[in-house]
Amino acid sequence: MSSARLRLVRTQAFRIVLLYAALFALSVTALLGFTYWNTRRTLDAQADQIIQAEITGLNEQYQRLGWQGLYESVTSRSSAGGQALYILADGSRRRIAGNLDSWPTAVTPDSGNYIEFDYERRVNNVPEMRRARGQVFRLEGGGFYLLVAEDVHDRDLTQHMFTTTLPWTVGLILLFGLLGGALMSQNMLRRLDSINRTSGEIIAGDLTRRVPVTGAGDEFDVLAENLNRMLDRIERLMKGLREVTDSVAHDLRTPLNRLRQRLEQSQARLLASGQDAGEIERAIAETDRLIATFNALLLIAETDAGAARGAMTALDLDSVAGDVAELYEPLAEEKGVKLTLETGTGAQIEGNRSLVAQALANLVDNAIKYTPAGGKAAIRVAQEREGVVLSVADSGPGIPEEDRARAVERFVRLEASRSSPGTGLGLSLVAAVAHFHGTQLRLEDNGPGLKASLIFPRAGKLVPPRPAMAAA
Amino acid sequence: MRILVVEDDLEAQRYLVQGLKESGHVVDEAGDGETGLNLALSRPYDIAIIDRLLPKMEGLRVVAEMREHGNTTPVLFLSALSEVDDRVKGLKAGGDDYLTKPYAFVELLARIDALMRRRTPAGVKTRLEVGDLELDLLTRAAKRSGQDIDLQPREFRLLEYLMRHAGQVVTRTMLLESVWEYHFDPQTNVIDVHISRLRAKIDKGFDSQLLHTVRGAGYMIRAAVA
Repeated sequence: MSSARLRLVRTQAFRIVLLYAALFALSVTALLGFTYWNTRRTLDAQADQIIQAEITGLNEQYQRLGWQGLYESVTSRSSAGGQALYILADGSRRRIAGNLDSWPTAVTPDSGNYIEFDYERRVNNVPEMRRARGQVFRLEGGGFYLLVAEDVHDRDLTQHMFTTTLPWTVGLILLFGLLGGALMSQNMLRRLDSINRTSGEIIAGDLTRRVPVTGAGDEFDVLAENLNRMLDRIERLMKGLREVTDSVAHDLRTPLNRLRQRLEQSQARLLASGQDAGEIERAIAETDRLIATFNALLLIAETDAGAARGAMTALDLDSVAGDVAELYEPLAEEKGVKLTLETGTGAQIEGNRSLVAQALANLVDNAIKYTPAGGKAAIRVAQEREGVVLSVADSGPGIPEEDRARAVERFVRLEASRSSPGTGLGLSLVAAVAHFHGTQLRLEDNGPGLKASLIFPRAGKLVPPRPAMAAA
Repeated sequence: MRILVVEDDLEAQRYLVQGLKESGHVVDEAGDGETGLNLALSRPYDIAIIDRLLPKMEGLRVVAEMREHGNTTPVLFLSALSEVDDRVKGLKAGGDDYLTKPYAFVELLARIDALMRRRTPAGVKTRLEVGDLELDLLTRAAKRSGQDIDLQPREFRLLEYLMRHAGQVVTRTMLLESVWEYHFDPQTNVIDVHISRLRAKIDKGFDSQLLHTVRGAGYMIRAAVA
């Protein structure tokens, strides 16, 4: 469940949508911020204009009508209601007239233009702190001060609205982005999953499978159609390869068969007439070697082409290892090599019994062949982190590191082994069998000797179950 | 024995027929699938040797048709096809044994003998005897001249197979297939070593040899001629 969620978050679609949501939220923040800043500036300018006009007006009154005129003007304007605030005070800033109860402590005569301050106002007899913006005016020759201000409570309300709305807006954008991303990536994942599932089945050998096309005509359909066209081509090629292998097999086996039969016939005739048939016998032995090489090559080619997928079963590696150990134990003993078996993991893999046994037999055969008398060879089945490991380790001369890659190539017989019998295809077949089972033949130094391992995925895991989402 | 040979490679067919006749069998031959099927259904045969790739009707089809008509004649497939899947397909289609070309004639003869032996089971045996060698299949005990022989499980199976085919040549491949149930080609002849171990247990210290090596073919267990 949590890993499924994690997968959703890891998709490209999700990341793109989330990135867009974040960018969108950022631009909304910027836009709202700018609007807020601009609105405030305009409102302040408006208030300042009004204040300026008031001061100019009152100053005129003062100039024209003197102190009395100013006092009356302030008193009458104060009772007019509205947003304008006035206070006329003496030199020690005691109130004389105006609609402010007292001179605001934050304001001094030296305060510059347009200072902001808090004042108390009664609304329906409930005192309330409100903000105002105003200017102090000093009356010439009287030691009196006049403060004219505008209530900017509405401006602050607007400001408050902006600051409370913004987080919500951004939050909602991100939330919708997240939901949209999840939805989009789920949709994408569904389509990709069906493609990945099909690829998995094809890798596992079912070449007849095709990626479903929904008919929506979108880019996924185009991708699916392209993949299907590619698969058609691969299937045709594989079929062609199979046919070639079959006809090569048939066309070479038929004359080889006749050749062997003729040799047998000649041998029988010579023996019947009491003559020496040794030459023919050697020819038959050579023919058999030729046939063995040919069969090995063909088996490698077929295994490489994955031709025997049908013969995959759940396979108990312990029992295969046991069988092969038992088969080779007398040979090892005869050669003075101690062959040991270490199993007991109960490891099940999915594989072709005959091929795995043949591969293991080749490895054990090699180990016994190249280990000098008194040496050791060990067959081991172990559960390891990477999977089920089937290994054969010997105490022979080993293969120098620089030769290991070459050792599995067809017909390559390393210098040290030229004198021993063999087709030079043993390790190639093991490598092909490994490849067939979706794994690799690993050659390592056994210090001293060679350790050859095949690492199988556990049963049921042959088909890559995890679509290659990690690449996203 | 009456043997039907269905093979389209005429030279191989001639050789096969001749060899079987020399071995004392009565042989009919056909060069294509249809003729082969008609013969198989119209006359009683002890065994049919059928090539996989045949003109007119494929070898697998021939056998499938035979089985559909209730014909139970043992069938040995010959095939020049590549091997991995084909053995399984051949046996699934109703074949009883499968031999890949090119084969040694002795291998073919040994397999024919084994198929015949399989066809005529003399009831359920619980004891096998060859000369003074006895094998009790229930207690899984082996005795020679009343002397107990200690056998490993696989040695027991090996001996059992040889004794069930007493007097017949048994090839190495047949042993690997029946006793070990593997169809591959061991690079070294591991079977020989198993046989010599077994021989050491059942023949060593006794006057007569029971387990014989048949040169160029395989092995045979048989009682010494009195």
